[in-house]
Amino acid sequence: MIRRRTLFGSLLAASAGGLWRGARAAAPELTVVSFGGAYQEAESRALFRPGAAALGLGLKEQTYTGIAQLRLQVKSGAVTWDVVTSGSGSAAHAGAEGMLEKLDYRMINVTDFIPGTWQEFCVGGDVFSTVMAWNTATYGDRRPASWADFWDVKAFPGKRAYRNAAAGALEPALMADGVPPDQVYATLAAPGGIARAIRKIRELKPHVAVWWASGAQHAQLMKDGEVDMSTGWNGRFDAVAQDGGRVAYTFNQALLDYDAYAIPKGAPHAEAAMRFLAEISRPQYQAELAKLIPYGPTNRKTYDLGLIDPARARSLPSYPDNAVMQLPVDIGWYAKFEAEASQAYQNMLTE
Amino acid sequence: MSGRAAAAANRAALLRDARRERMRLFGLGTPALLLVIVLMVIPVGWLFWLSALADDGSLSAVNYLRLVALPSYRRILLATFEISAAATVLCVALGYPLAYTLSLLPERLANLCLLGVLMPFWTSILVRTYAWLVLLQRHGLVNEWGMRLGLWQRPLELVHDVTGTLIGLVHIMLPFLVLPAYGSMRAVDRECLRAAASLGAAPMQAFWRVFLPLSLPGVLAGALMVFILCLGSFVTPAMLGGGKVIMVANAIATDVQIFYNWGAASALGAVLLVLTGAILWAAARLAGSERLFGGHGG
Repeated sequence: MIRRRTLFGSLLAASAGGLWRGARAAAPELTVVSFGGAYQEAESRALFRPGAAALGLGLKEQTYTGIAQLRLQVKSGAVTWDVVTSGSGSAAHAGAEGMLEKLDYRMINVTDFIPGTWQEFCVGGDVFSTVMAWNTATYGDRRPASWADFWDVKAFPGKRAYRNAAAGALEPALMADGVPPDQVYATLAAPGGIARAIRKIRELKPHVAVWWASGAQHAQLMKDGEVDMSTGWNGRFDAVAQDGGRVAYTFNQALLDYDAYAIPKGAPHAEAAMRFLAEISRPQYQAELAKLIPYGPTNRKTYDLGLIDPARARSLPSYPDNAVMQLPVDIGWYAKFEAEASQAYQNMLTE
Repeated sequence: MSGRAAAAANRAALLRDARRERMRLFGLGTPALLLVIVLMVIPVGWLFWLSALADDGSLSAVNYLRLVALPSYRRILLATFEISAAATVLCVALGYPLAYTLSLLPERLANLCLLGVLMPFWTSILVRTYAWLVLLQRHGLVNEWGMRLGLWQRPLELVHDVTGTLIGLVHIMLPFLVLPAYGSMRAVDRECLRAAASLGAAPMQAFWRVFLPLSLPGVLAGALMVFILCLGSFVTPAMLGGGKVIMVANAIATDVQIFYNWGAASALGAVLLVLTGAILWAAARLAGSERLFGGHGG
C-alpha cells in the first residue's frame, strides 16, 4: 500500500516537474511546501536550501494555501509533498485527522526547545506572538500595558481593530475580564468559558472599527492610522515601525504561538524528510532564520550561539525575557474547541 | 405520376437537408455544450454530493441542519440578499439616467462615452477595491479634503462597513447595467415618442408610458446580472466591509478553514445556488422570461 503510493507519488512528482530525474536519481528530491512570499523566501534561504545541501538531498519548493489543500492530496492517495509548513493549530488538527506522519524524536533533537513548541505530528520552526499594538501619535507617552487597557476605551479612547476569527481572539478577552493568564485555557475549556469571552468581546464591539482578516491588513490599518489600537502579529508591526509607521507594541500578556513543520502521511520520501527536519531544527539554522524575519527560534540554544545581533535577539518573541511575559497558545484546546468557538464568534460578528 | 414522385422525392431531400443542417449546427454547438457539462454540471453536482456528506464520509444532512440551527447563517444569507438588492437598486438609479443620456447623444460621441463606462473593466477588481480604501478611509483623500474644505469637522465613516461595501459594489457593477440598458434604449424607435406626442402626450407622459416600457428589457436583464453577480461577491465585502459585512462567499471561505472539510462550505454554496435559482424563477414568472433574459424584447 505504502509502496504503491510512494511510487505513484514520485511518478506524479516527476511528471509534474516534467523531469525524469526524480524517479531515477539516487538522492531523493524533497518537495517542501510553504506559504510563499517573504516568509518562504526567508525559510528557503535560512533552512530549506542549506538543509538540503548539507544532507545531499535534491530540493523542490512549492507554495500552498493551507491544510485543506493537503487533505485533498492525502484523501486522493496522491501525496507529492514531503514537508509542509503549517500553523501549529492546523498541524494539530491535521495530525488528529490522520493526515500526518508521526515524527521521530530520536532523530529530531528537541531537548532545548521551548516547552510546548513541538508535538506528536509537527515540530516548531519559529515563534511569533499575537500582541497588542497602538498608535504612538494617538497615545504619546501613555502606553497601554495589558488587555484590560485595550478594553478600557475611557482611559485609551480610540478605534480598535480585532481579529475576524476566533483563533487568538478569546484569550485576550478573558485576560481583560480578569482571568489570570495561567487560568485562561482552563476557563475556556470549562462550560460557559467561551460564552464569557464572547460576552467580553461584544462589550468592545462598538469600538471595533475593523475586524481584520490578515496580517497585511492589520499592518496597513496601523500604518495608515485607520485605527488607534489593534491586535496582530509582532513581525507585521515591526515592519510598519521600520517603514516609519507610528506603532509600538508590548509582549506583556501576548499569545506565544509557533509555525511548524510536518510530514504528510504517505509522503514520497518520508525518511529523508525526517532527517531534513532534524537538520533544520538545529540552532545554527534557526539563527539564520531569525536574522531574516522577526520571528524567534523555538530552539532556546539558538540564543546561546551569539549568532543573532543582541539588540535584535532582545526584540524576538521567544527571547527568554519576552517569553516569560506571554501565554503559550494551547494547541490541545484548539483541537477540541475551535469549531465551537468559531461558530460562536461568527454569531457574535453577525449580530 | 412522375411529377408527384419527383415532388415527394424533392420534399424528402429537403427534409433530409434540413435535418443534416440541424445536425451540423448541433455539432457546432457540442464544444460549448461539453464545456458547460464539464465546467458547470459536473462541479455543481459534485458540490451537492459533498454537501450531503458528514465528516466520516457517510450520507448525512448534518451540514444543512447546522445552517438551520445557527442564527448566524440565516443572518449571513439575509445580509447577502439585502446588500445585493440595495446595490442593484443603486445601480439602476445611477445607471438608467446615464444610459438614457448616452442614448440621446450622437452615436460617435456615445461610443466614446461608452469607452469610459467600459474602462473600469480593464483594471482588476482588487486594484479598484484598494483604490476605494485609499479614498474612503479615515485619513483617506475624501475625508482629508472634506475636512480641509470645512465640509465636515470629524472624519466620516465611509468604509469598513455596509456603506463602503455598497460604494465598491456599485462601482464594479455599474457597467453590467449600463451596457444592456443602453443597448435596448438605442433600439427604441424614436418615432413612437413622436407618435405619442402627436396624440397629445406631454414629454414626461411619453417617457413614462412609451419609452420606459420599451427600454425595460435591457434594464431588467442588466439589473438581474448585477444582482446575481453581487450575490457571489467576495473581495469587495472582505476588503471594504471591515469584517462587519459577511456575505455568503466570505462565510464559505471561513467554513473551509473552521471545519476542515468541504461539506459545510458546500452546503452553504448549495443553499445560495438554490435560493438564487428560486428568485430567478420567480422573477421570470413575474416579468416574463423573454423580457428578463433578453430574448426578443418586450
